[in-house]
Order: sequence, then structure tokens, then C-alpha cells
Amino acid sequence: MENTFFTASHEWVKFLDDNHAEVGITDYAQHALGDIVYVNLPEAGDKVMEASRFGDVESVKAVSDLISPISGTVVETNDVLVNTPEKLNEDAMGTWILKVEGNFDRTGLLTKKQYETLLAQGH
Amino acid sequence: MASYVVNTKEQREKMLAEAGIDEQSFYASIPQDVKLQRPLNLPKGKSELEVLRHMKHLASLNTVYDVVLRGAGSESHFIPAVVRQLSAREEFVTAYTPYQAELSQGILQSIFEYQSSICAITGMDACNASVYDGASAVAEAVNMTGDRKRTVALLPKSIHPETLETVKTYTQWLPITVKEVEIKDGKVDVESLKSLLTQETACLVLQQPNYFGILEDVEGLAKLAHEAGAKVIVSANPMTLGVLKTPREQGADIAVGEAQPLGLPMSFGGPYLGYMATTTDMVRRLPGRIVGQTKDLDGKRAFVLTLQAREQHIRREKASSSICSNQAHCALTAGMYLAAMGPQGLKDVATHCTSKAHYLFNQLSTLGFKLRYDSSFFHEFVTDGPLSSHKVEDVLSSHGILSGLPLDETGILWCVTETSTKNDLDRVVSILKEVLA
Amino acid sequence: MSKLIFELSSVGRRCSELPPLDVELIEFDEALTRQSTPSIPEVAEVDLVRHYMELSRQAFGVDNGFYPLGSCTMKYNPKINEETSSLAGFAQIHPLQPESTVNGALQSMDELSSALCEVTGMDAFTLQPSAGAHGEFTGLLLIHAYHQHRNDLKRTKVLVPDSAHGTNPASAAMAGYSVISVPSNDKGGVDVDALKSALSDEVAALMLTNPNTLGLFDPNILEISRLVHEAGGLVYYDGANLNAIMGIARPGDMGFDVVHLNLHKTFSTPHGGGGPGSGPVGVKSCLIPFLPKGTLHPTEKKLTVSSEFPIGRMRSFYGNFLTNIRALTYILSLGGEGLKEASENAVLNANYMMAKLSDLYPVAYVGPCMHEFVVSCQKLKDETGITAKDVSKALLDYGIHPPTMYFPNIVHEALMIEPTETESKETLDRAIDVLREIHALAYSNPQVLLDAPKTMPIKRVDDVLAARHPILKYTPEGAQ
Repeated sequence: MENTFFTASHEWVKFLDDNHAEVGITDYAQHALGDIVYVNLPEAGDKVMEASRFGDVESVKAVSDLISPISGTVVETNDVLVNTPEKLNEDAMGTWILKVEGNFDRTGLLTKKQYETLLAQGH
Repeated sequence: MASYVVNTKEQREKMLAEAGIDEQSFYASIPQDVKLQRPLNLPKGKSELEVLRHMKHLASLNTVYDVVLRGAGSESHFIPAVVRQLSAREEFVTAYTPYQAELSQGILQSIFEYQSSICAITGMDACNASVYDGASAVAEAVNMTGDRKRTVALLPKSIHPETLETVKTYTQWLPITVKEVEIKDGKVDVESLKSLLTQETACLVLQQPNYFGILEDVEGLAKLAHEAGAKVIVSANPMTLGVLKTPREQGADIAVGEAQPLGLPMSFGGPYLGYMATTTDMVRRLPGRIVGQTKDLDGKRAFVLTLQAREQHIRREKASSSICSNQAHCALTAGMYLAAMGPQGLKDVATHCTSKAHYLFNQLSTLGFKLRYDSSFFHEFVTDGPLSSHKVEDVLSSHGILSGLPLDETGILWCVTETSTKNDLDRVVSILKEVLA
Repeated sequence: MSKLIFELSSVGRRCSELPPLDVELIEFDEALTRQSTPSIPEVAEVDLVRHYMELSRQAFGVDNGFYPLGSCTMKYNPKINEETSSLAGFAQIHPLQPESTVNGALQSMDELSSALCEVTGMDAFTLQPSAGAHGEFTGLLLIHAYHQHRNDLKRTKVLVPDSAHGTNPASAAMAGYSVISVPSNDKGGVDVDALKSALSDEVAALMLTNPNTLGLFDPNILEISRLVHEAGGLVYYDGANLNAIMGIARPGDMGFDVVHLNLHKTFSTPHGGGGPGSGPVGVKSCLIPFLPKGTLHPTEKKLTVSSEFPIGRMRSFYGNFLTNIRALTYILSLGGEGLKEASENAVLNANYMMAKLSDLYPVAYVGPCMHEFVVSCQKLKDETGITAKDVSKALLDYGIHPPTMYFPNIVHEALMIEPTETESKETLDRAIDVLREIHALAYSNPQVLLDAPKTMPIKRVDDVLAARHPILKYTPEGAQ
């Protein structure tokens, strides 16, 4: 998973190649949210910006913004999440939310080790 | 004087002693220069008898008309005794919002039933637990349709002027612009609409019947709006839906309106009931409370406030609306009314209203009153006639009849409901005939 | 499980009927009329009555029992209010009748507005907003109009304490403002230093409630309002907690420029299962020119005369008139003395309960409270696994409505308790005993609490299912 990086706001990004990536949320995030009931997503063709909100995730009693790790254009959103948002609870690391294309800047992203350290520090 | 404080002075002293608290400490944190240094300058509290006398006196200074021929957003309808009696039950009146589902299944179910009945009459898939009134319902609906690209709301001049004002008020600081569509013959001018529809149009709002009582070509106008990619909001008088095609069938994406005609007295303007219903794909954009069906731990059917993550107490400044409450008791009443009338009753009410309205017009036309707009109307209509509108109002008022609403020097907006008999309407005509003689 | 009224429906049954049509029948052609019958219930009157009677048995009002819901002020709803508000002279008048035929309505509105001015120390009121949140939106629009009018266009921000009710930031956003959160200090009041750094010429207003959502009066209030005014902003008062201070202190004297009240809280109008309420807005004279259309003009005393630069209108007509009549009835019944007595006893009852519970339920902020207090069940959760929610569900089996849970969000596992003044010592003592018993059970037999409620018509609900797969209306297939 050396192509997978993380953010301090608990998203992960997996680079498929230099110009294509998948974005999701970490296991820590889904656990903190509790039972996820709905995901508000952008549309294919929308632009996303690094460190900006691109959507949100709802549980019964809370809403959490989704912050994009990278800048680019949304190619696809995961249809599965429309009717079965619980997939994010079941397998956060294995369930992509967005497929994005663009020229990515990997600076500012955390490695797996850096992210795990962050979690251990209680963030 | 009442205060409804239960404990006597002695009991209060006992409480202070038992709990070991010092009364002086209660307001110690209030700075001296903030504390009120005098008693409130209000009349001394009155006993129940005196209060009743005072309020009855105030009520007596208002004229209650025997015959009401005025609508324009507030209608006089028959309210079955069973609806008045049942809705007055204290469990319904004094209950709080049903956040504790196990304790409030009765309230939750009554709202679910209201939501279902509104969906049934409008043809929609989902309905919220209500908002303050029809005008703010339209404003909230407009808000549902805006996004980054589509920021213009089209509102015809044939909708209730107070609705138009309310929408403008609600959207004045939001990225939504209101543009007015011109009217012709009292209805939306199709050419004006065509010229205003663009790729930036978020929605077209139509009122059916419109402010002048006229039936708009909702289907045709909705088609135009949809072709431009805009959503269609129809503000429909729910009473008319006993007879008229549903907003859904006419092409509405969102159906809203003033549900006061469904069992609520005129009440000098409030409390009223704004209903909001929409299609499945727009459900999550609905503001306000929504009751949903679910199961409890034992698998029993149960009702609960749901989709709360849309609302202000969770989204705070990111909520699309700050609305917190619903008009629960009014929705309960409307649900009861619809159940008491049933589909045949609702149809009868609508039929009576339109038939009697046409009868009144026909009789008025024998005196020289003419329809201002050459368009089909439901139960409200505008006349111009041989008498000034205020003269008509004054003359009828002195006979205990509230005339139609004076719109201008000669124009009168009449409304006839099932509460007026043929005799009442004949009396109106004979009174006016005398004046003209 | 109660049947839905649609499940009681039987084709052809009738309840209420109209007389025969006495004029010529008018029908519209097929193109305009609905072809299908709407699926609303067909029931006889007796079945309608029994259905709603059964629903009423599954509702719990103030008339049923103790309701210590913090921030909601669930005080007794006097029956005289129901009588006056149903007088024909109030209920059966049309909002667009000629003004000369509704002098009683105008006078009632004037009497209520004047009384509210006196209670709050404000100069004028609009009775149009139909609920607290509606009042907040109105107040913020007034503030925005005020700054616009002075050509002060830089002010795009509103400051809101982190302890504020969600409607505050939501209303600010609707009024076109971005919201900046101001942290609370360790006493639950506004952190004055944080406020100073947040203030600038970009701040339009600070929204505050005092006492705050922790039930504590912020002693720095005069300094706070002075700082905001010096920075050119206005101060907004969320009147949700007015029940603590009527006749004791007034927001108008604390420096607030605009206030909203919740008549369904402080002024005894019934909650109705979630509404209708009424949220009148009071202003200082600098904001009078902007009051919405449909307000009784403060000097002309007419509804047909509007202010100079109205913000528009918040809804049709004049507000929840009958609800306002109930509030007027209440104020007439209590008078100034009675309102003060109500507040003093609200504060007494809250302090009494707090004193007798704080050994077991740690209070969020130590010291005398006002009309409500907040306890935290965090320790209970850590030691026994029992949460604020579990405590609340257990209360249901004792016939007591739970307090407000999980608000304000700055206190973990919060329970906010507001007994109000209209409760006897015996009622309070029983509630105290029950809460103490629940606490003991958390340690001795937590399963009892986790299984609660057991005596309600249903057990705990699956709200995840409700949100994931919403069923929002009756369909024969979906009803099960």
C-alpha cells in the first residue's frame, strides 16, 4: 500500500498512477462516526480541491465533512454508497468514495506510518 | 393573581433549608447595575374571572361575520366537531416534540399519518412534518432548488403577493435571485416565462389556483421549465385537490401550500400550516422535521423522527434552514380533518366551493359585475362592477357579510366556500341590487 | 402496536358530510381533474375517535407528568388560555378584514407588545415570527438591514458561542453571514479575551443567551455588550432562557439591541407536540425602521402602516395570533408580580434539584444555577457503561419525561434539567429519588437500565434503519 497516503482529517488517497487516484475514509473515521446512514457526494465532472470540503457523511446524530486530500476532477463516485452506505463501516479502507483525475501534488499528505503516529498521539 | 407556582412560602423555606442553599446566592452573579431595581410596570395579575372578562371584551371589539366571502390566503371552511374536540385532548396539546420515540408513538404516528395523507392528495413520495405557513413553505422550497450553477427563481405576478414578499425576504442574502414573470389575463404570460427561462433557472413557482382564483396551465408551464432544466414548485390549495389534478400529475417536483383550509379556523392569520411534499430524489433536501417508519428492538413497527442530519441541531450553520419546530398540532388537526372528511368529503367540499362560487358570479353578473380576467376560475374570482369595491365592502359589512377583498378601486377578489348557502348568496345580490337601484 | 388509520379504512365509510349542494353543480373536464381517488382514510366517526384516543394514550404531555426538559421550559399550560384563544371574536376573524372591524385584535397585539417591552426592556416588538428560530432569522435580517442602511458593508461575520443552540448559527447563515464560534471559559461564560480577538470591523453581531445554555448567568455581560458595540456590532439575545430572570433583570438593560422570545417556553403557550410556537422579536429604537411588514406599527398602532425600511415579511399575515392571545392571557393572569414569582421559583426548583443530585451526578459547572442545570454522565459511563441516553430511557419506566440529552455539546454525556416553577416539592422529591435509584442501579444492575424502557408501547427504536431506508409515508406494502 505504498501508494496510499493519509490526511489528518482521516481520509485516504490511493494513487493508481500519476493522474488517477481513489479517495476514501479511514477505519478510524468510520468508527468515530458510528453507523453511517448517508453520504453526500459531488457529481462526476465536479472539481475537488486539496484541503477543501467535497461532501459529507451522515450518521443518525452527526455530520462530518469529507476533506479532499488532492485537487482534481471527479471521474466517478461510488454508486454502492447510495443504497448501502454501511459499506463504509464494514470496510472503510477497501471502499472508495471518489475516483479523481488530475496532476497531483503529494506534498502535505501523510504516509501510513505518519498517520498511525498521529492516531497514537490521540488526534 | 395566578402564577401556577405550586409550593407555598413555608414549603419553599423548607426546600431551601433541606438543600442547604441560600436564596441570596441565586441572583448573586447578576451585576447590580444590571438588576432591575423596581417592580415590573405591568397591571396587577387578574383572577380567572377578570381575565376572561378582559379578553371577552377585546374579542367583542372584533366583528365576526355570518357570511365570509373573502379568501386571499385565509378561508372559512366547515370544521367537523369531532376534529375540534379530538384535537383539544391535552395529551396532544401539552406534549413536547417527540424526540423520545418510546414515549411519543401517538404524536409520531399522527404526524406520519398527516405526511401520508398530504402525499396522497398531492401525489408526492414524501412530505415533511410541516413548516410555519404556505408563504414560508414556498420560500423553503425555492431554497431546495438552488445550487452553484442555478441561482434564479422565477415567481409569477399571479402568486399571492405576500408569498412573493416572503420569498424575497428569505432569499435576500442568499445566492438566489428572484425574477418576476409577467401575467396576461390573470395568468402566467407564456412569452414572458420563455424569455426568462435560462440554464441558470433553479425553479419556477406556480400557484394553483393562483391569487386571482384562476387555474393556470401548470402542465404546459412545467414542461417549459423542465426543458430548461429547472425544477417546478407548485403551491396548491389542498382543499382543491379533492377535485383537481395532483401537483405531481401536473409536473411538480415540489408541492407546497397553505393547509389552513384543512380544519384550521381563520384565526386572524395564525397559527397556520405550511405543507411541503416532494419526490423521492429530493427528499433529503426537505427542511424541517420528518417522521419515518422503523422497527423497535423486538421487530415491532415504530415511528421516529428521522433524517435529522439535515437539520440545524446537527448541521448548525451548514443546515439549509434554521427551522427547528413544526406546526405539529396544526398538522395533527389537518390529518384529523382529512380522515374525517375522507376522499368523498374532500371532493364534496371542493365541489361545493367551486359550484357556489360560479353561482355567485352568475348572480353578480346580472347586476353588471364582470370578470376581470377571461380565464377559468375555481372558487375565487375577480370582478369589476358598477359599484366601487369599498362601497360593496361597506354595504355588505353592515349586513354581517364580509365581501370579497377590494384589490383596487373597482376590483374585488371573491371567495366562496361550502359555508355559504344559496340563500346567503342571494341575499348578497339583493343587497347590492338595492344599492344600485 | 396501533393500527395506522389507513389500516382501519374501509371503502364507502363516511364520517363528516356536507349538506346537499343547493346550486348548480359545476364540474371541470378530465384534463383538469384528478382521475384517481386520493388514498386518504374512509372511517366512521366512532372509529376515528377511538383511533385518536388510542394515539393520545401514547403521548405524554405536561398534563401527564413531570417534564424537566432543559431549555424547553415545560411549565404548566393554563386552561384559561385555551378558552380565550378559542373565543369566536379571535378565532373566527379573517386577517384581511377592514381594520376598523378588528380593533380587538389590534388592541390585543398592542397589549402583548407593550407587556413584552416592559418585561424585556426593549422599545418595540414584532409578533410575526412563528417560532424561536423564525425570530432569530428575523433578528439577524434586522441587524443586516441596519448595517446596510449605514452603508457599513464590511460586516460579514456573526459571532456565536460554542455552547449555542444549533438554530443560532443556522439562522445567521440564512441571513447571509459566516459564523465564527467563540469559545466558553472554564465557568461556561463567554471567554472575553477570545471575544476581543474575534471582534473587528467585519463583525455584524454577537448572538448570546443569558443565562446561557448551561443555566449560568454571564456576569461579564455589560463588558461583553460594550465591547461589541465599541467594535460597531450589535448584540442579539436568544430569549430561550428568559424564565430565569423575569422581573429580575432585562436583556434591554444588559445592552442587547434585539431579542427573540419563545412564548411556548416562558409564556406558557402549549407545545402541541412540536408546535405551533411563537417567537416575537423585540428591538431597540435603532432597529424599529426595519421591522417586517405585518407588524403592528409601534406608534400608529395599525397593521396597514409599515415601518420605513422593512426587511420584507417573514410569512403571511401577522404571526401565530391565537398563540399570542394565549401568551397575553398568561401575562394578564400573572401580572408583574406573578412573572417575577415564576422566575424566582423556577430558579429555586432547579437549585433544589441540583443540590440533591450533584453528589451523584457531577454538575458541569459548580456554583448556583439559574432555572436549569447541566450534569455529566461521563463518570457513570466510564465506570459502568451507562450513558446519558440509558439514564433517560430508564426514566420513561418511572413515568418521568427525560431531561434534554447531549446538549450543549460542550459537556460530554450531558443531561440538562429544567424543572420549572410549576412543580411541587413532592414531584421534585420523587424525581430526585428516581434519579438516585437509577444511579445506584447503574452500579448494581446495569442490565436493567440497558433494557429500558420496558413499560412503553415499544422498546428502543432502530433509528439507523430509519435513516438508511427512509419510509416516510404509508403504503399497503410497506406497512407490515
